Amino acid sequence: MVGFILHRAFWAIPTLIFVSLISFFIIQLPPGDYVTAYVAQLRNGGEYVTLAQEEALRQSMGLNDPIIVQYWRWISDIVFRGDFGQSLEWNAPVGTLIWDRLGLTLAISTLSMLFTWAIAIPVGVYSATRQYSVFDYLFTVFGFLGKGIPDFLLALVLMWIGFAYMQIDVGGLFSPEYQTAPWSFDKVINLLSHLWIPIVVLATGGAAGLIRVMRANMLDELGKPYVETAYAQGLSERQVVWNYPVRVALNPFISTVGWALPALFSGDVITAVVLNLPTTGPLLLKALQMQDMYLAGSFILILSVFTVIGTLVSDVLLAWSDPRIRYA
Amino acid sequence: MLKMNPQLSMPAERLLDLDDVKVHLPTREGVVKAVNGVSYHVDRGEVLGIVGESGSGKSITARAIMRLLPRNAREEGGHIQFRPRTGELHDLSALGRDSRAVRQIRGQHIGMIFQEPMTALSPVHSIGDQIIRTIQLHMRLDRHAARRRAADLLSKVGMPRPEQMLDNYPHQLSGGMRQRAMIALAISCDPSLLIADEPTTALDVTTEAQILELLKHLQAELGMAIVFITHNFGVVADIADRVAVMYLGRIVETASVDDIFYAPKHPYTRALLNSIPRLGVDQGRRLPTIPGMVPDPYSVPTGCSFHPRCGYSVAGTCDVRAPEQHIFPNGQAARCHFAEQLAEADAHV
Repeated sequence: MVGFILHRAFWAIPTLIFVSLISFFIIQLPPGDYVTAYVAQLRNGGEYVTLAQEEALRQSMGLNDPIIVQYWRWISDIVFRGDFGQSLEWNAPVGTLIWDRLGLTLAISTLSMLFTWAIAIPVGVYSATRQYSVFDYLFTVFGFLGKGIPDFLLALVLMWIGFAYMQIDVGGLFSPEYQTAPWSFDKVINLLSHLWIPIVVLATGGAAGLIRVMRANMLDELGKPYVETAYAQGLSERQVVWNYPVRVALNPFISTVGWALPALFSGDVITAVVLNLPTTGPLLLKALQMQDMYLAGSFILILSVFTVIGTLVSDVLLAWSDPRIRYA
Repeated sequence: MLKMNPQLSMPAERLLDLDDVKVHLPTREGVVKAVNGVSYHVDRGEVLGIVGESGSGKSITARAIMRLLPRNAREEGGHIQFRPRTGELHDLSALGRDSRAVRQIRGQHIGMIFQEPMTALSPVHSIGDQIIRTIQLHMRLDRHAARRRAADLLSKVGMPRPEQMLDNYPHQLSGGMRQRAMIALAISCDPSLLIADEPTTALDVTTEAQILELLKHLQAELGMAIVFITHNFGVVADIADRVAVMYLGRIVETASVDDIFYAPKHPYTRALLNSIPRLGVDQGRRLPTIPGMVPDPYSVPTGCSFHPRCGYSVAGTCDVRAPEQHIFPNGQAARCHFAEQLAEADAHV
């Protein structure tokens, strides 16, 4: 098992180098650069910028150097000094920008993922063991509704309900008076009163899909002979269902933990924009729009690192839960 | 409390008694009478072979005994009585699928082995875990003692290195070894009855012979009875004391294994036996087959359900009246209007 993990971890290194190269080159691909976008914005604002000034800006930001030199400057700072560079748009260190938002992003995303699983697994198991029962049909209808309604629309509806009928201020994670206040008990309460909308929104869409997956997996597994063997041993229905077919049916869930990690980080961008959440998703969107290359590049790099780590984590978890993979 | 039921009474040597068991399966196309009045009994320590084509209802009957019928199945009557070694009489047909009473019988008094050794064991639990779980469920043993017992069981079913085998997973074993593990699981609590549902069908003939040998050996050693379900007369000849032949949800003939092979009284049994190839006999001649096909289960023929395919059928009798069971002095029983005449004809040959 340790060998398996070390082996996988070793192969992650060349993957990451390759991914960092690709991500840096991709953000260079669109015509123009940050200065083009910045100057265009200034001109729209009615300011007059000469070509010489534009060129001087480029020179001072090092944008005229060969790409490979820029890449090396960027990546060596990250690897050796933990410095992700300066965001051109925000005029602040990329690291600070991202880490500031990362805690809240991870909190919201993890909570909504746990919420999703807590709904999807029991409901999926119930739907499969009581196939075609009234509740199975009910869950199916709700599942398709949840899957069909776009997240941002649900977010808007919930915000409207919250605002119009429950007299709570919605949007963002804190009321204005707590925005900059230090952490206190009241601030946490305030956070919780804002947090339920994004969590409900994010969990509904996810749970709806996972219920279908879990139900289908369970229906496959329940028909298999080993389930009948377990019954023939004298185990009760509850013991059989939760110890045997559920164990096998969870495998697809475990193998998607890997994708959950980067998804946690990038978040649901549109929902986050609609709800005005101070998470990383809207920041990434803005960085891409403005060709803020160090910020966007760091984002993509971190996403890739999360993907690689997530895949490693789900490989290890899967090997732990399913002996057929461990010994293959 | 159970003894109050006047229906419940069995001779002392009787282990299992099925009386007119009926199981219907409603489907979109209509109701399938999968088990249509099956009666048989199993005495202590005997091996009853149940032979029939696919769809004859032999497996469903076994599921009715285990109370593991498909959820949509309807039981339309009949009684199943069971008296394990411990002596108390159970009316199995009155027990619900997930009732405590039946869960204590399953695995403890009745063990079951299945056709597909490849898929009948959980892929994510080790062999040892699965056996230990059953042992701990029914016997008051701590984990350590249960593990020792599991290792003993594995060596009893002829698996090499039983201690290491406990930590192996089903996918690491061959088909024959998995079936051995399956048998160890089924006999883990010294059951009075072992139901073997086509346990050798998925195995190659060499392994099949080994598994049959093992079952005979275990049966003698543990003194348990076996209900052996198969479609293969050769296997039945090897292992069974008595044989019941099933056709379309009914038992058409019951007899000792010798009587079935040497003096079959039902035309269906005869036809089946005639269609088995024999070495050195009738070389160069086509093997006789049973004409026609098994009727589809939604339109079972009237009268005797075998009459359209039967060489002895008489219009006006066989296609009108369902035959009663004819019982012969040697205990042989056949469900055919002309069972006696067939027996006479035999005597003249």
